[in-house]
Amino acid sequence: MSQRVQVLVGTKKGAFIIESDTARRTWTTRGPFCDLWPTHHFIRTSDGTLFAGGGNPWYGATVFRSADDGSTWTQSSRGIDYGADGPKMRSIWHVAQTNGTLYVGAEPAGLFRSDDSGQTWLHVAGLREHPSQPEWEPGAGGLILHSIVPHPTDAERLWIAISAAGTFETTDGGQTWATRNKGVRADFIPGPTPEFGHCVHKLKLNPAEPDTLYQQNHCGVYRSDDGGREWVDLSPGLPSEFGFPLQIHPHDPSTIYVIPHAGPEDGRQMVEGHAQVFRSRDRGESWQPLDKGLPHQNAYLTVLREAMAADSLDRAGIYFGTSAGHLFASSDEGDSWQMIADYLPSIWSVEVAVVDD
Amino acid sequence: MVTVHLPRSLVTLFADPPPRRVEIDASTLGDMIAALDQRWPGMHERLCDPGPRLREHINVFVDGERERDLGAALAAGVTVHVIPAVAGG
Repeated sequence: MSQRVQVLVGTKKGAFIIESDTARRTWTTRGPFCDLWPTHHFIRTSDGTLFAGGGNPWYGATVFRSADDGSTWTQSSRGIDYGADGPKMRSIWHVAQTNGTLYVGAEPAGLFRSDDSGQTWLHVAGLREHPSQPEWEPGAGGLILHSIVPHPTDAERLWIAISAAGTFETTDGGQTWATRNKGVRADFIPGPTPEFGHCVHKLKLNPAEPDTLYQQNHCGVYRSDDGGREWVDLSPGLPSEFGFPLQIHPHDPSTIYVIPHAGPEDGRQMVEGHAQVFRSRDRGESWQPLDKGLPHQNAYLTVLREAMAADSLDRAGIYFGTSAGHLFASSDEGDSWQMIADYLPSIWSVEVAVVDD
Repeated sequence: MVTVHLPRSLVTLFADPPPRRVEIDASTLGDMIAALDQRWPGMHERLCDPGPRLREHINVFVDGERERDLGAALAAGVTVHVIPAVAGG
């Protein structure tokens, strides 16, 4: 059986598939898909179905679906709304699958689930019933639910993150939620560290260590070893505590990747125009810059929160896309990089699947 | 029957796409959208917000006159144009 590596790219103007064999040396591009809709997230689920979430100013938010590897598409947002008296739905920002259930995160921030492969959706209303909800404030990207992290074995347990409300956890399938922000700074809120209001940029875990969460935040990089109850700051050693994406090595939960950016008032792009990925092999205690093959000067690139991913091959590939439409890949765990696609629309998300043919 | 003209950017969202010009049996604008949704499920969500009401940037013209009331009557034989609002510069 042969395999191919499929990089799923969501952009400001549609979705694209960039593919290679497992050598990962030559790449081809297919697309654009999703009728050129702004696409915040594009994934392949375990049964091979493609889902892409986004929204456009005319027709609203929706989730596109393809069961034939991108040849034909349908879309549905039936059930993705807050009712006639609620806020107007703007876009889908994240899609996740667990145990046959699909979840999407929306703007304005809310969580929806589908048990029929995306044909119809149900609002997980308990999250917006959290007492903090009236005080949730939008970040620069809007009031968005951008991270959905299912527990790998407990279907009732789920973490989500909202910019800028923070991390929340449910242990009862979404009926009730608890804040999980202790130890995380929120420098933009004066006074003592609040219980919520934190600006998480990306939240992830490796299923091999389900109690270890990592997040890139507006105010640092953090790790929790107890399911989000307490967080430790991993920012020392990085050129900036600000950034958007974070990736965990698929086979080694101790290895993580971030892409530090100049701060929120300094342009939010590669620090001093030097494109670098930082890798830690010790759970964020120390960091190593990785820039072989990346531009070292005049590269004022931004890598957004969803735009870094890893493949699952033995020597893991790491990928990131820029808001200027470049897609970079490393087939040696970040030691060296090559640009595998260029001139794409502004890249908003990158995911990777290894597909059996 | 009323004649409905649909925009390209709408019909291409459906796996079995409707024709750009379709005849529909409907007596109100809301009935017309419901009939379209019955034949092409999901059409309602693309054209309407909860309420329901027409999406802000979807314009509807009945025999050339702008109409936003989903309860507005449609006389037999009228022509309805559904047009995404012009945006940008």
